[in-house]
Amino acid sequence: MIPVGFDYARPDSVDAALALIAEHGEDATILAGGHSLLPVMKLRLAAPELVIDIGRLTELNYIRVDGDDVAIGAGSRHREVEVSEVLATEVPLLPAVARTVGDPQVRHRGTIGGSLAHADPASDLPAAVLALNGMVVLRSPRGERSVPITQFYTGVFSTVKEPDELIVEIRVPRAGAQLSQGWAFEKFTRRANDWAIVGVAVVDGRVGLVNMGSTPLRASATEAALADGASIEDAAALADQATDPPADTAATPQYRRHLAKVLTRRALQTASGG
Amino acid sequence: MSTRAKVEITVNGRPTSADVEPRLLLVHYLRDTVGLKATNIGCDTTSCGACTVLLDGESVKSCTVLAVQADQQSVTTLEGLAELSPGGEPHPMVRAFRAEHGLQCGFCTPGMVLAAVSLLAEHPDPTERDVREGLEGNLCRCTGYHNIVRAVLSAAGKDPDAEQRREAESDAARIAPAFSTGEAGA
Repeated sequence: MIPVGFDYARPDSVDAALALIAEHGEDATILAGGHSLLPVMKLRLAAPELVIDIGRLTELNYIRVDGDDVAIGAGSRHREVEVSEVLATEVPLLPAVARTVGDPQVRHRGTIGGSLAHADPASDLPAAVLALNGMVVLRSPRGERSVPITQFYTGVFSTVKEPDELIVEIRVPRAGAQLSQGWAFEKFTRRANDWAIVGVAVVDGRVGLVNMGSTPLRASATEAALADGASIEDAAALADQATDPPADTAATPQYRRHLAKVLTRRALQTASGG
Repeated sequence: MSTRAKVEITVNGRPTSADVEPRLLLVHYLRDTVGLKATNIGCDTTSCGACTVLLDGESVKSCTVLAVQADQQSVTTLEGLAELSPGGEPHPMVRAFRAEHGLQCGFCTPGMVLAAVSLLAEHPDPTERDVREGLEGNLCRCTGYHNIVRAVLSAAGKDPDAEQRREAESDAARIAPAFSTGEAGA
């Protein structure tokens, strides 16, 4: 499968990339690791006139403690998230989730910013950042703004990111030793490197759901029940409330609802040390 | 419509360059522009791993990388592994695949070998489970995984028999105590 022809630019700074994005608007597409974009271009579901390659911008490639947060450059590869010592100490959920994305070859290329921007509700990292109450930092020639991830997603493959904006950073609160209620990630797939049929990320009593609707979702009813002192079993039984799981060849919506409850229970048990 | 782009890619230690369409995939660059045919195209959808090569030392699926993304970088294909060790001896991973008969039809082999080289670079002392999980991006449609895993363990300097015995025992230990394995009196 061969993409439709396009022009290619590899700017040498974020500012140069932003200028190109502003100039070409919706005719241009950002390429980071390419592991969401190139497959859809090969299927000709996307046919941008200009591909702007930010994959080698080292200024987007960092993971560091910044105040009460860990700041992750949007260009950080899944492999870099997986082996980051800073994240292992401060936000251990994220390396655990990154480790389950695709396979080693995919993790060598794909980036956290690309995964969040692509907005596939079956992706693992958006639900994990959602459970972490993270922020998405967007930059354009007009300036920079931070959007809580709870307000970032608007639908399948859709976000509040404007056409002239670039995700430059993801911020997640440091937890480290202060983590009071633990964390866990559960993901159900039929084959090793498939998309999650359903995934559940738990951190500190917050629950993020993978592939249970048109965006990554929080299991709000479960969270509220936990806050009210419900047992893990009773809280997990509410995990599918206010979700709208898809039907596809992998599973029916009913099956996904069942999985969400089971995986939420398991994740909450793991997070509580049980 | 697209402007052609000049790429310079070091392939197996040798400089190569060409004017290419930006949409040219790295696997087509390697096979058709450079003429190295060891790298196979299997699924063409980032699933099977047959097209795995090393890009600056890390395994990647070359059907999902543009040649222009590899500009000014180094690529290693299976052909290059014969040249990496002094004296023209095949790379230890290639020798291990041969010694353990780590292939059946051979179609997945180039990608499997390069994925294994990258795995050991990141994980020099793997268990059997580490090897199986580390090769999850590579499919063998002959289902010949057993000897492939043995080859990678052997290349890591481990005793495949001992590692596979340890893994089997660890599997047994993970089975719940009340789970019947069908043995008499269980």
